[in-house]
Amino acid sequence: MRQISASELVTRIKDACIEACTVLPQDVLNALENALAREESDSGRDVLKQLIENAHIAREEGIPICQDTGLTLVFVDMGEDVRLVGGSLYEAVNEGVRQGYTEGYLRKSVVSHPLARTNTGDNTPAVVHCRLVPGDTISVTVAPKGGGSENMSSVRMLTPSEGADGVLRFVVETVRNAGSNPCPPIIVGVGLGGTMEMAAILSKRALLREVGKASCVPPDAELERRLLDAVNATGIGPAGLGGRVTALAVHVESFPCHIASLPVAVTLQCHAARHASFTF
Amino acid sequence: MEVKKLSAPLTERDVCGLIAGDRVLLSGTIYTARDAAHARLVEMIRHGDKLPFDLTGQVLYYAGPTPAPPGRVIGSLGPTTSSRMDVYTVEMLNAGIKGMIGKGERSTDVIDAIVRHRAVYFAATGGAGALLAKRVVSCEVVAFEDLGCEAIHKLEVVDFPLIVINDCFGNDFYRQSRSRYSLGSP
Repeated sequence: MRQISASELVTRIKDACIEACTVLPQDVLNALENALAREESDSGRDVLKQLIENAHIAREEGIPICQDTGLTLVFVDMGEDVRLVGGSLYEAVNEGVRQGYTEGYLRKSVVSHPLARTNTGDNTPAVVHCRLVPGDTISVTVAPKGGGSENMSSVRMLTPSEGADGVLRFVVETVRNAGSNPCPPIIVGVGLGGTMEMAAILSKRALLREVGKASCVPPDAELERRLLDAVNATGIGPAGLGGRVTALAVHVESFPCHIASLPVAVTLQCHAARHASFTF
Repeated sequence: MEVKKLSAPLTERDVCGLIAGDRVLLSGTIYTARDAAHARLVEMIRHGDKLPFDLTGQVLYYAGPTPAPPGRVIGSLGPTTSSRMDVYTVEMLNAGIKGMIGKGERSTDVIDAIVRHRAVYFAATGGAGALLAKRVVSCEVVAFEDLGCEAIHKLEVVDFPLIVINDCFGNDFYRQSRSRYSLGSP
């Protein structure tokens, strides 16, 4: 069985935290450029120009794209034929986050209890979603998630008869209620099916896909097109100042579900769709 | 479009010259305050305690910066969601603040109080923290240091770019602009 040292994972997580918070991925930058080309509203165009300039400043000067450097989501695909030595996976992830947020001058935005609300001081713990997969590699994506957009996310258990139209109504309602709060232009992650918690995780995983790349499941790709048109018909626009581009993309991920159920989760992702990945 | 230049703290005259949708470049002194700082300030106001700074005419910026790397005044500093401060805002306006900077819609109570007190609510671009931080020339923690990024920071800003959302005449730029581009319900 292949062995990987926990300390190596710590370093890679640390670097990924800093990279994710300071370098906007190229696909997101391209999506913002495309949005600028088709946005009709003057206010909306001004916002998009600011966001593109902001991304360049952050990258060149090595400072965070957004002051909300998020709660750190870490997606791990752990090969069944690889073993971490010298520490546990969760300890290594949290140590990497601790070092990344401290050494990278990132904001510490985590409180130790939802009601007591004392800052943990190092942005730990991360929220870790781990899957066991075949093979002998470890693949990791670090995706800091800001509070403004996360607060506007939502889950609803629809009934089967509500179908695609019900999904569309719920997604549009979520986006409309969110208004300018989640920092549009947003990316909408939709988790469809499974159970309540499965739908929520699917809606998060949907955001890891390259921005605007259609689902490889034909009905989901069709739904993505309908949802994107409906979301952009709200007129919310960049920063909520009115315009044609409320969302850069809608991504749907689906999973089989119970005969009685149609769970739908909607995660709203701000335009600072930050993530950094590595495999070893 | 014309851009108005203003200096903080604000006077009633400054505020009355602003209309929803105006672009503004704000210079002068502003103070950061997020959820935790608001909770403490309002508690102090209710108890009649001496406040860490005079609120008269002040502009509050709903924001919590990232730490300043060596050689920099401040880290990244964009606005947070304003609606979380709505529960405190009427009391803050009663206490004398004239302006607020954040992002996102305000409650009806807050919009009414903005009119009553002749105040103004500006938006800065959410998620443009690297760009906005370049307009900050000095930064000093003046209260609640234990709150970390949620402490109150006194900032000197130069040409900080804003847009007027709620003016003292009851206009709401979010509502106006959204209805202009909405294509109706699906």
